[in-house]
Amino acid sequence: MAHIVIIGNGIAGITCARHVRKQGGDQITVISGETEHFFSRTALMYIYMGHMKYEHTKPYEDWFWEKNKIDLVFDFVTGIETGAKSLQLKSGKKIKYDKLVLATGSQPNKFGWPGQDLPGVQGLYSYQDLETLEKNTGNCKRAVIVGGGLIGIELAEMLASRKIPVTFLVREKSFWDLVLPAEESAMINRHIVEHHIDLRLDTELKEIKAGPDGKASAIITSTGEEIPCQVVGLTAGVHANIDLAKSFGVETKRGILVDDHLQTNLPDVYAIGDCAELRNPLPHRKAIEQVWYTGRMMGETLALTLTDKPTRYVPGIWFNSAKFLDIEYQTYGSVPAIASEGVDSFWWEHAAGKKGIRINFDQATGTVLGMNAMGIRQRHEVWDGWIRQKTKVDRVINELEKANFDPEFFDTCEQEIRAAFSTQFPYFEIEKKRKKKLFGIF
Amino acid sequence: MRAIQLTGLALFILGFGLFLASFFMADYKISRSDFDKVVAHEGKTQGILTFTPEIVDTEYSTNFGFVGTIQKGINTYNRQQMMLFALKESEINLLISELGPPPYTFSLEMLNYIYPKINTSTIFKRRKMEEYGNWLEGRKYDSREALKKDLMSVANTINDYGIISEVGIDRYKARDIRYEATKLASHGPIKSSPGLFLALCYLLPIIGAMMYLLPKNKLDGPAGIKNNGIFHSALKNKGWLGIMLGSFLIVFYIILYFFPEYMTEWIIMVDPVSQLLKNSDASRFFLYGFIYTLCILVMGVRMFIKYRHSKYQIMRTISVMFFQTAFAFLIPEILLRLNQPYFDFKNIWPLDYDFFFDNELNQLISSGSLGIFMLGWGIALIIIAVPVFVYFFGKRWYCSWVCGCGGLAETLGDPFRQLSDKSLKAWKIERWMIHAVLAFSVVMTGGVLYTYWSGNSWLGVIDSYTLREVYGVYIGAGFAGVVGTGFYPLMGNRVWCRFGCPLAAYLGIVQRFKSRFRITTNGGQCISCGNCSTYCEMGIDVRWYAQRGQNIVRSSCVGCGVCSSVCPRGVLNLENRDEEGRFGQPILIGNDSIKVEA
Ligand SMILES: Cc1cc2nc3c(=O)[nH]c(=O)nc-3n(C[C@H](O)[C@H](O)[C@H](O)COP(=O)(O)OP(=O)(O)OC[C@H]3O[C@@H](n4cnc5c(N)ncnc54)[C@H](O)[C@@H]3O)c2cc1C
Ligand code: SF4
Ligand code: SF4
Repeated sequence: MAHIVIIGNGIAGITCARHVRKQGGDQITVISGETEHFFSRTALMYIYMGHMKYEHTKPYEDWFWEKNKIDLVFDFVTGIETGAKSLQLKSGKKIKYDKLVLATGSQPNKFGWPGQDLPGVQGLYSYQDLETLEKNTGNCKRAVIVGGGLIGIELAEMLASRKIPVTFLVREKSFWDLVLPAEESAMINRHIVEHHIDLRLDTELKEIKAGPDGKASAIITSTGEEIPCQVVGLTAGVHANIDLAKSFGVETKRGILVDDHLQTNLPDVYAIGDCAELRNPLPHRKAIEQVWYTGRMMGETLALTLTDKPTRYVPGIWFNSAKFLDIEYQTYGSVPAIASEGVDSFWWEHAAGKKGIRINFDQATGTVLGMNAMGIRQRHEVWDGWIRQKTKVDRVINELEKANFDPEFFDTCEQEIRAAFSTQFPYFEIEKKRKKKLFGIF
Repeated sequence: MRAIQLTGLALFILGFGLFLASFFMADYKISRSDFDKVVAHEGKTQGILTFTPEIVDTEYSTNFGFVGTIQKGINTYNRQQMMLFALKESEINLLISELGPPPYTFSLEMLNYIYPKINTSTIFKRRKMEEYGNWLEGRKYDSREALKKDLMSVANTINDYGIISEVGIDRYKARDIRYEATKLASHGPIKSSPGLFLALCYLLPIIGAMMYLLPKNKLDGPAGIKNNGIFHSALKNKGWLGIMLGSFLIVFYIILYFFPEYMTEWIIMVDPVSQLLKNSDASRFFLYGFIYTLCILVMGVRMFIKYRHSKYQIMRTISVMFFQTAFAFLIPEILLRLNQPYFDFKNIWPLDYDFFFDNELNQLISSGSLGIFMLGWGIALIIIAVPVFVYFFGKRWYCSWVCGCGGLAETLGDPFRQLSDKSLKAWKIERWMIHAVLAFSVVMTGGVLYTYWSGNSWLGVIDSYTLREVYGVYIGAGFAGVVGTGFYPLMGNRVWCRFGCPLAAYLGIVQRFKSRFRITTNGGQCISCGNCSTYCEMGIDVRWYAQRGQNIVRSSCVGCGVCSSVCPRGVLNLENRDEEGRFGQPILIGNDSIKVEA
C-alpha cells in the first residue's frame, strides 16, 4: 500500500484522488492551502452574484472524504525533500509520501503595471480573491477590468450583477478574438454593451494610480484616458503555479514538464491540471490547457498509472464551453480564430443576433473539423462522433437535428441553417425536410 | 420604471395590509332566531342559552370574544349533559353487588335494576348499554371483577363516544356552530360592502404586483437566468422577510383548516364572487380556491417574465395556470351551480384522498350518468392516465404541468426553490417518508372501501372513520397545507411533493422503472458548478450525475426543467427517448486514455 500525496484539491487533484480510491486501498492524502474541501472554481462567480452560497459549490458533501478514506490536509506545502520523500508544511508538520502529485493550478498574470499591487487591485482565481473582492466592492462607484478573456467577462458580469458600473479594457480589437472567430466575437461585443458594460476594445492598461488613502483611485489607459475607479480587476490570463516545483528541482518551462504518463523528470513525482505542461502534446491539443476538463481527464488518467496500470494520457477531440453573460458557447473539435489554409468555415447567425453556428470543414475532403455554437446547445456525443469519424459536412448539415440539445419547445433553427448552408456552399446536396418531434413522440 | 415598481409595491402592501386589517374590522351580534337556525335543534339551543344567555343579542367587538363565548356555552352545556347522561361506576357497582353466587351469566335484562325506564336519563343509559354492550349478552363470568371490567369498558366507550354526539354538541357540530354563527353575527363595513373590500383587498395587490413585475421585463436586462442576489435576499434565503412570510402562511393554513370561524370576514368578502359563480355564499374552501388561483395567475405572470428566454418554462406555466383556473376553480363551481357534484377533473387519488369516501361515492352514484362518468374518469386517471402518460413523458406531465399543488409550487413557490435540502440524508428521509404516506393512503382508502361495502367500520385495530380522520388532519391538512405551503420560504417549494404526496410516490415509481423520460447529461461538458443542484426544488443532487456523465433518472424529478435552464454549460436536457440506454453508463466523453467509469 503506497502513500499517494496530492498537492492541490482542485478538479485535477481531487479527480485523481477519487480514481485512485476506486482502484484500490492506497493511502491518499490531499493537501491544499486554499479551502478545506474541494469546491468548484468555475462557480466562484455565482457565489458573488448570489446565485449560490459557498457550500453549494462543493461537489461532494463533507462526509464524502472520510467515507472514501481520502485524508484532507488544510495547509500549505512550503518545501519538498525528494530524497527523503517528505513534504514540509507551513504549520511545521511533515508528511512523507511514496508518490507525489503536483496539482497546484494557476495564478493570475500580472504584467508589471505600475500600481498593480495597490489595495483595490486584484485578480480572480482563488476563494480568497473572492473574499477580497467582496471587501473591495463594498463601496465602489466604478470598477475597471483589464483583460478580455473568460475570467474577465465573468468578473464584469459579477460586478454588473451588483449594479457596479464596469469599464472593461480589452487589448484586442474584438473580445477574445485570439480564440473566437470574428462573427462570434462581434456577437459577444454587442452583448457586453447590451449589458451596459463600458467595453473598451483595443485599449490597454498603462498605469494604476493611488488616491490619498493609498488605494487604487484611477487607471490610465493606453490612449491616455484617466478613468476614476475604486476596484481594478486584473484578468489578463493565468500562468501555471510552478514556484514550489521549481524550488526542488522539477524541470519546468511555462508549466511543470511532464511526459506522456504525466510524470515529471523526477521519479514518483507527477503533475496534472493547470500546472502541467506536456512535453509532447498531441497534434490537436496544446501543451498547457488551463481548463476544467483537462484537469479532470489528467486526474482520471494518472490515477491508473499511480495504481500500477501505466496509462498514457491521450485526450480525445477537443471540447469546451463557456457562458458570456446570457449567451452560451460550446465548441467541439478545432475552430481557430482564423480558419487555416484549406479549411472552409460556414457561419450562420440568427436574425436576432444571439444565436449562431459555425462549422469548419476540410475544403478538399468535406470532412467536418470542428464547430462553435452560440446560444444553441449541441450534443457532445454526436459531434464527438462526427468529428472522430471524419463525417462529411453535407451529412452533418442534413442530420443536424441529431445534435440539437436545446430544451423542448425551443425554436429550432436547423431549416434556416440548412438554407444558409445551401446558399454559401451550393455544391453540396442539402435536403429540405424534417420537423423535430413534439415531446419526442409525435 | 423604478417609480412604477415602487408605486406597485406600495399598492401591494396597502392592499395586503387592508386584507390583514379586515380580520379585525367587524363587530359581532347574533339574534336568538339566527342562533336557533345555526344549532338547528330547539332543545340544544335552549340548553346552551340557559347557562350562557349572553351568546345572543349581545354585541362583541372581536371575533375572539364572540367565539369564546359560544365555546364556553357549548362546553357548559356539554358538561351538564355529561352529568345527566354519563354512566357511573357507582351504578355498575350497584349492579354487581346484587349478583347471586357464581358463575355469573350476564343478561341485558339485569340492566333493568340500575336503569329502569323511568326518566330520560335512565332510558338513554339503558338504550346505550343495549347498543354498545349487546355482545355481553349470555356471557359467563367466574368472578365479579371480570364482569365489572367488561361492563366498565362498555360504559367508558359510551361516555367517550356515545353521549356528546347524541345529546350534546360534538366537536364537528361545535366547529360548524362557531363558524356559521360568527358569519351570521358579523356586521360592519365588510358585511355591508363586501364588493368594495373585495376590490381594495384583491385588486390593489394584483395591480400593485403587476406594476412591480411587468417593468422587470426591461429593468432586469436581456432575457436570461435571473438569479442575481437570491442568496443575499431577506426573502429568498430564510432572512427576516422569509421567516415572516412563512409564519403568515403557517398561521393562515392553521386558521383555514382548524379555526375557520376566525376568517369569516375574509369569506364574506368573496361572497359576491361566489354568488356570481354558483348563486350561493362562499365557504372557506371557496375563499382558499380563489386566493390560490389568484396566486398562481399573478405569480405565473412573474414566471413569464423571469423565464422569458425559455419556452419550456413558459409553456408549462401557461399549463398550470390554465388547469388551476379552469379545472380546479371554475368548472367545479359551475358544476355546483348546475346542481351537479363538485368535481375536479384533474385531481387524482391518492392526492385526492377522499375520492373513495362513502359520501363522495354516494354523491357521484346518485348523480346520474354524469356522476358515473366522473367516477369512471377518476378511476381511469388512476389506472390508465398515470402509467401511460408517465411512460411517455415522465411524471412531469402531472407534477409540473397539471397539478394544483405543483402549480402553486411552480409559481408562488418559485422564488424559494433553492431552499430544498440536497443532502443524501434528506434523500433517505424522503424515500422513507413519501412511501410511508403512500402506504398510509392505500390502507386508509382500503379501510374506507371495506366499510363502504361491508358496513363494518372496525378494522381490527382501529376503525375506518378514525383512520380517515387522522389521515385528513395530519396528511391532508397538516402536511399538504400547513407544512407543504407554509414552509415554502423555509424549506423550499416542494416539501409536500417531495416528502408527502402519495400520488407523487406512485407517479415516481412508474417514472423510475418504466418510462422514456430522463434528463440527459451532455457528454463531458459539466463543470460541477452546482447551479443545477441548487435550483432543483426536489433536492436532487443533479450535479452528482452530471459531473460523472450519467443521465438523471430519479423517481422524484418533477421535470420542472429548471436544472436545465440554469445550467451555464448546456449540460442538461429533459428528454423522452427510447428506454434503452436511459440510465446510461457513467462515462465522460473526451478522454481517450481510458474508458473511465467516473
Ligand atoms: C473564475 C474562473 C472561472 C473558470 N471557469 C472555467 C470554465 O468555465 N470552464 C473551464 O473549463 N475552466 C474554467 N476555469 C479554469 C479552471 O477552473 C481551472 O482550469 C481548473 O480549476 C484547474 O484545476 P486544477 O486542479 O489544475 O487547479 P486548481 O483548481 O487551481 O487547484 C490548485 C489548488 O492547489 C492549491 N495549492 C497550490 N499550491 C499549493 C501549495 N504549495 N500547498 C497547498 N496547496 C497549494 C491551490 O491553493 C489550489 O487550491 C475557470 C477558472 C477561474 C478562476
Ligand atoms: S432534476 Fe431538474 S427537472 Fe427534475 S425536479 Fe430537479 S430541477 Fe426539476
Ligand atoms: S449546472 Fe450544469 S455545469 Fe453546473 S453542475 Fe449542473 S450540470 Fe454541471
